Amino acid sequence: MAKREAPEVNAGSMADIAFLLLIFFLVTTTIPKDSGISRKLPPIDPNETTPPIIRQKNIFTVLINGRNQLMVEDELMEIKDLRAAAVEFLDNGGDGTCTFCQGKKDPESSDNPDIAVISLKNDRETSYATYISVQNELVAAYNELRNRRALEIGPQYGFPNMDFISMQARLSDVRWSGNTTKLKEVIQQIQLEIPQKLSEVSQ
Amino acid sequence: MAKFKKKKDGGLPPVNTAALPDIVFMLLFFFMVATEMRPNTLKIANVLPVANQVEKLDKKNPISYIYIGKPSDNYASKFGTEARIQLNDDFADVQEVIPFINQERAALREELIPFLTVSLKVDRKSNMGIVGDVKQELRKANALKINYTTGTGDVSANEE
Repeated sequence: MAKREAPEVNAGSMADIAFLLLIFFLVTTTIPKDSGISRKLPPIDPNETTPPIIRQKNIFTVLINGRNQLMVEDELMEIKDLRAAAVEFLDNGGDGTCTFCQGKKDPESSDNPDIAVISLKNDRETSYATYISVQNELVAAYNELRNRRALEIGPQYGFPNMDFISMQARLSDVRWSGNTTKLKEVIQQIQLEIPQKLSEVSQ
Repeated sequence: MAKFKKKKDGGLPPVNTAALPDIVFMLLFFFMVATEMRPNTLKIANVLPVANQVEKLDKKNPISYIYIGKPSDNYASKFGTEARIQLNDDFADVQEVIPFINQERAALREELIPFLTVSLKVDRKSNMGIVGDVKQELRKANALKINYTTGTGDVSANEE
């Protein structure tokens, strides 16, 4: 006797269950956006000591007004020129104490990246997008100098061809198998030589 | 030749739909893996600016979110068009930032409290006035690690 073929299972309902779950996930989840510019705020000092006297030439003033115009060191400037100007300021090495600076050694500009301060002031009406662009360019200037320095001193510690950003990335990467103590040492040395002294003046 | 059955003429065989749930399951697995449960429902417009010197927020450390922006259309009638702060799921005033931080800290283990990062998700069109106020409150609460959350991209896209 001919065997009856088993009837095919109707797969339509499986698709319905799957669609239900899919719609649930589409509605309740988001693709996370968790990258950003990290900063540290200065602590509030209850007994305001007078700020240390810094010579005017070691301060790089950046002002943003309510109409999103940029004024750097008392001159109007476009945001796209800010990065180069900041690098020039930090890299100046005015009095020769800085061994790795490649700048013009202008006596009117900063002496050494570790005492150079960038001071940022904005208005209440400045738009946040402009503020972020300015912060981005200033952090980029610091990173440019730090990257260059990392390529110079990396080989001494055994990390040739690694710029500062890749050093930090490898330090936080759990899969990297190199020497993390030495890497931390290099990173700390670069951070001491070129500290991010970015001060924001309150409105 | 008599042994061969004549083929049915006319009428197409039904399409086999057994593969359909497979396709849908693939999409489902993609969404389950690549997304996270939405932490808060946003009541404000929140288009973030872009920057390229960004670092990924380390998820192992605790993060608190502060959203700032204009109330979205269906709330505009009640709450106006000025940029506002949203904490958790509701609008809040500047004075409520410090209690919010203390609340977030109370929910954490002792040793993790100094690693709390505050992620500021601010709409690109907001003004710095309200952001400056929030930063001042954060300084008072001693929550000094902040992160301006942005998308990744070239900064010239911020000018419009």
